Amino acid sequence: MTETVTPAWIILIASIFTSNILLANFLGMCSFLVCSRQIPTAIGLGTAVTFVMTFTAAINYGIYHGILVPLHIEHLQFIVFIAVIAAFVQFVEMFVERFSPPLYYALGIFLPLITVNCAILGAALFLILRNYTFWQSVAFGFGGGVGWALAIILMAGLRQKMMYSNPPKCFEGVAIVMVITGVMAMAFMGFAGMVAIS
Amino acid sequence: MAEMLTMLFSNVYVAAISVFVLLLVALAAWLVVAERYLVNYGVCKVDINAGEKLLEVDGGQTLLNALIDNQVYIPSACGGKGSCGYCKVTVLGGGGPILPTETTYVTPREARIGVRLACQVKIREDITIRVPEDLLNVKMFRAQVESSKVLTYDIKEIRLALIEPDTIDQRPGQYIQIQAPSPEGPVFRAYSISSPSQDKHVAEMNVRLVPGGIGSTYLHNLQEGDEVFFTGPYGEFRLNEEPDTEIICVGGGCGMAPMKNIILTIYDRWPDRSVWLFFGCRSTPDIFYLDEFRELARKHPNFHVVYALSDPLKEGEKWDGDTGFIHLAVDKHLEPNVKRQAFLCGPPLMIEAVTRVLIDKGIPEKDVFYDKF
Repeated sequence: MTETVTPAWIILIASIFTSNILLANFLGMCSFLVCSRQIPTAIGLGTAVTFVMTFTAAINYGIYHGILVPLHIEHLQFIVFIAVIAAFVQFVEMFVERFSPPLYYALGIFLPLITVNCAILGAALFLILRNYTFWQSVAFGFGGGVGWALAIILMAGLRQKMMYSNPPKCFEGVAIVMVITGVMAMAFMGFAGMVAIS
Repeated sequence: MAEMLTMLFSNVYVAAISVFVLLLVALAAWLVVAERYLVNYGVCKVDINAGEKLLEVDGGQTLLNALIDNQVYIPSACGGKGSCGYCKVTVLGGGGPILPTETTYVTPREARIGVRLACQVKIREDITIRVPEDLLNVKMFRAQVESSKVLTYDIKEIRLALIEPDTIDQRPGQYIQIQAPSPEGPVFRAYSISSPSQDKHVAEMNVRLVPGGIGSTYLHNLQEGDEVFFTGPYGEFRLNEEPDTEIICVGGGCGMAPMKNIILTIYDRWPDRSVWLFFGCRSTPDIFYLDEFRELARKHPNFHVVYALSDPLKEGEKWDGDTGFIHLAVDKHLEPNVKRQAFLCGPPLMIEAVTRVLIDKGIPEKDVFYDKF
């Protein structure tokens, strides 16, 4: 039996829903917990993460397979990927500041903080680990970003609803958010049998 | 040659280091180019006080730098790092929302009307601001040290003779900002003016040496004839102009400069006006200007000088003034319910104690002005 290549669109769907990078791998938790209080902020940050994740997945794929593999220096992937992500975030910041000041003001400090969002580095490392092709990588980067954005927007909606509820004292704040994240993760994983990626 | 290169790159260390370095250089170059073409805002307009002053400045810089470059000297002690909170202006349009770096210095009430720290506002579009009227009269002065006199073991009186411009219009209680060199470029430090407002060609200060302080170390090391740059005058305080209002000055430590200015200005204009000067020191070596003020009190019978020492006298020391903390002296000497304006200058604890005493004596809180440090 020959090994079949997973089509890019399956990877896209899977990375949004069943293998959601946030809910399945719990990556990018810090900004998820902090910026999920208001839906508009969540949308802005989610958009920025999607944008950065798609492009850095493509760039990092190119650098890994074009430079690191031929020279047998794959062990540099961590430091190279993070440098690329940092530079790209800087670029995005300049770009948004120039062409969309309202979005720039809305994102504020969160835009540079994407640099240290572990989901983005995680996506780049996963696509190497899973031997994706270029288009699979782009699909995975975009899907991962959309999935992360979906999770944070859903959480922001829930937290806005929860604003006036009274959880037990010891569960207030981040604790109850973690509990809800767990429940959300279970709900998302429920569909894992429908589309699966390894 | 090509073989050598291949050989070199087949060494994993050489390959790793060179790839990493090249990659970083390429990313940096890309960012520099992007910055060149993207971060170009063109010329932006700054409208100050509804058209009173219109500036055209390059976008991309901070509002504070743009204003200082155009001779609008907003006070700033930290040099634009957002750590002193002096450079407050009201932004009416075009500055974006307030940044987290500003919220430490801007109260929620101020934030609602648009108060921002000028050093944190980046000019990206046309911007409309309001600044206190006085600030538009602030100038940059070039001056020369006329004299530097030792007052106590750690306080010096430094007189600056103005060169360009050669006159200063100041009100008593105002301050100037001295430009002092520091390893990170020039910084500004605020000092009250101690020379009276009628002496228009000099600016005098009382400077206490703070160990490790940038401004005070610089000023204490100045020699006669050295050139000094400063901006000013700053400060909102206005002396009550009604001659029958009594003026109360209370100082402590080295908080003498604004009082000296107030007192000498008053006796130039109203020789019979009633003024009390209370000055608190620890011990006799801290006393300064006492003889000068006693001489003035002989000429103007309505001027009363009270110096008080808070530490017990050492053996063999002579002291004919008050003892104890200065707020006790204020309480002892002042009759209640007289029409007064008070100006306080000194450490926070002293200000609090004296304010309580003055309110007990029937001075409304709005007429008690102070300078805490």
